[in-house]
Amino acid sequence: MTTTTKFRVVTGKLHPVQLALECFCECFMQKPPSFPFSDPPPELSRPPPAKGEGERVGVVQGVPASYFLFDNKGCDFTLGTIKGLTNNQLEEIGCQIILGNTYHLALRPGAELIDDLGGLHKFMNWKRALLTDSGGFQMVSLLHLADITEQGVTFQNKIGADIIMALDDVVKTTITGPRIEEAMYRTLRWIDRCIAAHKRPDAQNLFGIVQGGLDPVLSYAIGGLAGGEDKDSFWRVVAQCTAALPEDKPRYVMGVGYPLDIVVCSALGADMYDCVYPTRTARFGTALVPEGVLRLKNQAMANDERPIDSTCTCMLSKDLHTSIVEGQFPEFVQRFLRAQFPKGNVPQWVCNAMEVAGVDISTCCAPITS
Amino acid sequence: MRFAVTRACGGGGGRARVGALYIGGCTTAPIETPSLLISTRKGLPTFVSRDHLATLPTPDSLLLHVSPLHFLDCPSSKTISNIGGLHRMLGLHEHFFVAAPRDSLESLPESEGTNKLGASFETPCGRRLVIKPSAYVEKIASLKPNLWASMADEVPAWVSEKRNKTSVDRTLRWLDECLALDPASGKTMLGVVVGGSNIEERKHCAIEVATRNVPGFWIGGFGLGENVEERSALLNAVTDNLPEEKVRFISGLSLPEEVLQGVASGIDLFDSTYIYHLTLGGFALIFPFKILDHNNLDFQLDDTVGDRTKINLRATIYRKDTTPIVANCSCFTCQNHTRAYINHLLNVHEMLAHILLEIHNTHHYLGFFRAMREAIKGGKFDLFRHRFIESRRIHLTSAVLCS
Repeated sequence: MTTTTKFRVVTGKLHPVQLALECFCECFMQKPPSFPFSDPPPELSRPPPAKGEGERVGVVQGVPASYFLFDNKGCDFTLGTIKGLTNNQLEEIGCQIILGNTYHLALRPGAELIDDLGGLHKFMNWKRALLTDSGGFQMVSLLHLADITEQGVTFQNKIGADIIMALDDVVKTTITGPRIEEAMYRTLRWIDRCIAAHKRPDAQNLFGIVQGGLDPVLSYAIGGLAGGEDKDSFWRVVAQCTAALPEDKPRYVMGVGYPLDIVVCSALGADMYDCVYPTRTARFGTALVPEGVLRLKNQAMANDERPIDSTCTCMLSKDLHTSIVEGQFPEFVQRFLRAQFPKGNVPQWVCNAMEVAGVDISTCCAPITS
Repeated sequence: MRFAVTRACGGGGGRARVGALYIGGCTTAPIETPSLLISTRKGLPTFVSRDHLATLPTPDSLLLHVSPLHFLDCPSSKTISNIGGLHRMLGLHEHFFVAAPRDSLESLPESEGTNKLGASFETPCGRRLVIKPSAYVEKIASLKPNLWASMADEVPAWVSEKRNKTSVDRTLRWLDECLALDPASGKTMLGVVVGGSNIEERKHCAIEVATRNVPGFWIGGFGLGENVEERSALLNAVTDNLPEEKVRFISGLSLPEEVLQGVASGIDLFDSTYIYHLTLGGFALIFPFKILDHNNLDFQLDDTVGDRTKINLRATIYRKDTTPIVANCSCFTCQNHTRAYINHLLNVHEMLAHILLEIHNTHHYLGFFRAMREAIKGGKFDLFRHRFIESRRIHLTSAVLCS
């Protein structure tokens, strides 16, 4: 990736979404190695973890794991485009896979139409991977959910993404009591129905979603964690899931998230993520940089002549990936934390999580004065 | 900057001409005129990003129109100077910026607020701003555009004779003020010619401005309500009294027919809001412009309904249309996407639709300008103009015949 200095003081001119989006992508995406991007079917395969501890390297149809799965939600809808970026721009910044929202695509332009025109890849002219969710999240009534279980899979078959999600009964993983058991059993019943309804098992991979329990399904997504629960519970649940799920299948933590969360979850053994964070924060004129965020609309930025990010090369994902491959993940985490918390005030939950993951970050934390 | 007329249409009182604008070092190929200045907001096209701007035909797409008024609020002139001016700030080092205060979208000349101190402009947020020549020149000096127009008092066609006369006197005074204040002594300044709808005033103003030592002229006050039939006479009154060998830039002639009118009177550079309005509305240009290749007026019938100028991609007939906007168009949009996809994007209010449309519409309009230049070089400009206008009306006449 070329290092170009771009002066962004002309605030609000370059569409804030585009501009912050580019920055986020440059920070977090990697220039991809030349993986063959064939049309579906994708083969989900993973070599065993490269190193000990929790971090992993794998390949999902040439979608290298520990990659950021770019969520193309704008206004919480996913409508067949990443907000304001063209396909070649996405490819250039290393986007490997994007997420589509089944409910909205089924509404407009319609699953039938997409099928008639040859599938979502052809419709968008996106040559890399696609993932569609179950469409269940937008439904309100539980009764409706019971009806659309198979329908959701059918829509997804027509839309033709590489990875499709089974319908789950979404419940926060931190609540206790009979509701959680109910959700677990219901999700299990539904995943069986989804498996039965799935018409293209050789062309599309069905991901099951772990809700309130850990049971074997085809592949695993960890759901219900993007709901603002406290961080301490959050990392413990992820750790619990990754410990219990089979090693040889990809783990997708849905709705995560902030760069710090991604680093922590990767340390604990997760592989894929999606989040509205980049697009949403871009809409508000915020750029993501190694040190945190830059609110470009702020008056203080009006005459700031510095480039947004002087490193201006992808930071998170490239380094994350390379560091794991080269056995230097702990050093990467330390660098990352030092940039985000220069005063050493790393949050307690991060320290706890890293201890469990087996990554030593003592050099990043300020000494406790007693 | 160097400008030279390379081909005049000559014979029969034709004023159309082809020119060459040398904008860079001697190795850079000149930009041929008549040419379009791509409209920008704060220096960049409204939707098209920098990398896609580079995919448009060069060197045509190097010409950009910019309004210094967009930069009045922020950043400060000092910051812009520190960065090194427009080109460095935007990262568009190869491009050629022509600055004029009027941009028919965001800074509309508002003649009632204008007074002897400065010119008034209306902005979309309702704010009226008045700018003095000194503030204007200061901004220009920090932006460092390649060419810039001095300040004008532009008035609409319906003002009184007295107001019109005042505008001419005021504009001349401000021209001299800008010349005096400019650190470069007007080396890159375009002298403004106004005069409203009064032929005598137009002539008088042109003769006066022609005496100033400027490299070219900006013709203002058009597109503000004058009668289209009168316009040619007014344009000719100006261009007949300007030196042949200097470049002429006009604002306010946006539509292809208006551009043809301007070219026929000897104008070289145009800025246009046509593309912006089309794009916002979801329209894509499809009109044929290689019309001199045909021997007769029977154009190949497009199977689209309605006029053959543009298509409205919001229409449901395009829902399943997997063809590009224009077959064989080499723009990014037509090479990569279908009408169906853009129709979907428009329906779900995604801004990618406007990005893709602006790319195509700009590409198409630049092609139109190129075809015009070829026609002038071949001595066939009048024929081109006549055929083009006829073809735009065919859908109307054929509809009448069918009914």
